[in-house]
Amino acid sequence: MINTKVNIAGVELKNPVMTASGTFGSGMEYAEFVDLNKLGAVVTKGVANVPWEGNPTPRVCETYGGMLNAIGLQNPGIDVFIRRDIPFLKQFDTKIIVNVCGRSAADYVEVVEKLSDQPVDLLEINVSCPNVKHGGIAFGQDPKCLSEITKEIKAKAKQPIIMKLSPNVTDITEMAKAAEEAGSDAVSLINTLTGMKIDIHKRTFVLANKTGGLSGPAIKPVAVRMVYQVANAVKIPIIGMGGIANAEDAVEFLLAGATGVAVGAMNFVNPYATVEVVDGIAEYMKTYGIEDLTEIIGSVK
Amino acid sequence: MEQKKKEKAVVYRQTQRATGVFDMWIETSIAKQAHPGQFISVYTQNQSALLPRPISVCETDKEKGRLRIVYRVAGTGTKEFSAYKSGHQIDVLGPLGNGFPLEEAKGKRVFFVGGGIGIPPMLELAKAISDAVSKDILLGYRNNELFLAEDLKKYGNVHIATEDGSVGTKGTVMDAIAANGLNADIIFACGPMPMLRAIKQYAKERDIPAYISLEERMACGVGACLGCVVKTKEIDHHSHVNNARICTDGPVYLAERVEI
Repeated sequence: MINTKVNIAGVELKNPVMTASGTFGSGMEYAEFVDLNKLGAVVTKGVANVPWEGNPTPRVCETYGGMLNAIGLQNPGIDVFIRRDIPFLKQFDTKIIVNVCGRSAADYVEVVEKLSDQPVDLLEINVSCPNVKHGGIAFGQDPKCLSEITKEIKAKAKQPIIMKLSPNVTDITEMAKAAEEAGSDAVSLINTLTGMKIDIHKRTFVLANKTGGLSGPAIKPVAVRMVYQVANAVKIPIIGMGGIANAEDAVEFLLAGATGVAVGAMNFVNPYATVEVVDGIAEYMKTYGIEDLTEIIGSVK
Repeated sequence: MEQKKKEKAVVYRQTQRATGVFDMWIETSIAKQAHPGQFISVYTQNQSALLPRPISVCETDKEKGRLRIVYRVAGTGTKEFSAYKSGHQIDVLGPLGNGFPLEEAKGKRVFFVGGGIGIPPMLELAKAISDAVSKDILLGYRNNELFLAEDLKKYGNVHIATEDGSVGTKGTVMDAIAANGLNADIIFACGPMPMLRAIKQYAKERDIPAYISLEERMACGVGACLGCVVKTKEIDHHSHVNNARICTDGPVYLAERVEI
């Protein structure tokens, strides 16, 4: 009998596989394709204190081995989310991680406080969205700012918090250390890498926002490297993501030091990807005689 | 509601219809479920081009389980599709989107308006509507490469407009409506944005409903990523902002509901 359970900040997940925020809505759309009961956790699309319209279109485009997005954190606001999305997810035997976004510390705190009496297991704090002006990126690119916002949120949060880190920094370990010292219970990485695509026929930017966040298999080696670096810099658990398409990719992140793994852009390519990763990890464990998945976390030094 | 699924389809037959325009019949279980105005996502086999290509349903043969797509080669993905021969396996996802409200046409004079690569969905639609009083099909082309015009003649009175004036009315479908002195009680349309804006205005002036099918860059195709939105006049019931998802709430909208 193999044990795929992992523990993130005191929350036990049946397996390490979750969804990357913004690629899975609140699970409603993908529930037609996959059994959400099989996932370790569903991480929701970012939600703010009030509804956000997001950016103009085009908001997405394909790039070599990946894609750019500049959705701009469109969301229905926390009140609708609590009324509609949380009850939907509660029907399933999976952990609920709510991604929280904001333009100011007060925005984040308002959302976190409204979630305090909700059946939510963990809060992921998006301080690293590259597509929204004041969408938290300022908090996520300076260790001092990250430390301050982490402390403010931690003081009000009833659930453990996961600070989501931006890869658009010189040294991601500094950011991870700042989050850990400020009381973050875990970190997730990486958010998207800022990119750009130009339409040479129209001689203009493909995205209305000019820049967007790069995701998909193209960024996986960068993400694995950053997870490895952070795993060697902090003691809190890491949720690793960036281009995970299958179980082999997920195992790379686990070996590099991630306790959880999230499938992002590849949901768009293969709507069954999350469950295939769950099944594939179990296969990997059987193949190599691994009884407890935690044995391999961070085992490549 | 029909179940969306991703499955392997098999190319039954592919023919080129015009410069850069290809006509492909595929064998898929989606054929039985698809409604006029819905679309499918077609995946490339090139691992560097990951996102599915949304392509409208042109026609279905429900008995034989075949679905027809007519598409224009616009980039690496569609270029790859155009080389597929009979028997080739492809991944498809569908049926996606809402489709046209067929019941609205009952007892009415109907315009079916297709511009360029917006023409294909008009075929399955014109074929499916049998209880209209009259069916005028307006097709806008660049030149005399009149793909699908013959197929559409079976289902209504076809009027053609060409940009270069080589066939029918010189100009746009709007010019063809005027030149032929046509009138309608309801419009179904798909085509480039300037055409859809003109249809919206035309319908507003005459106080008749126009259902238009929109296009936008998509990623997931199933309503999760919020990539393909259109501005809406009213707050959208799902998003709670003035944005609706084209892949899920659309691609067909009552023109007056969307800001285009």
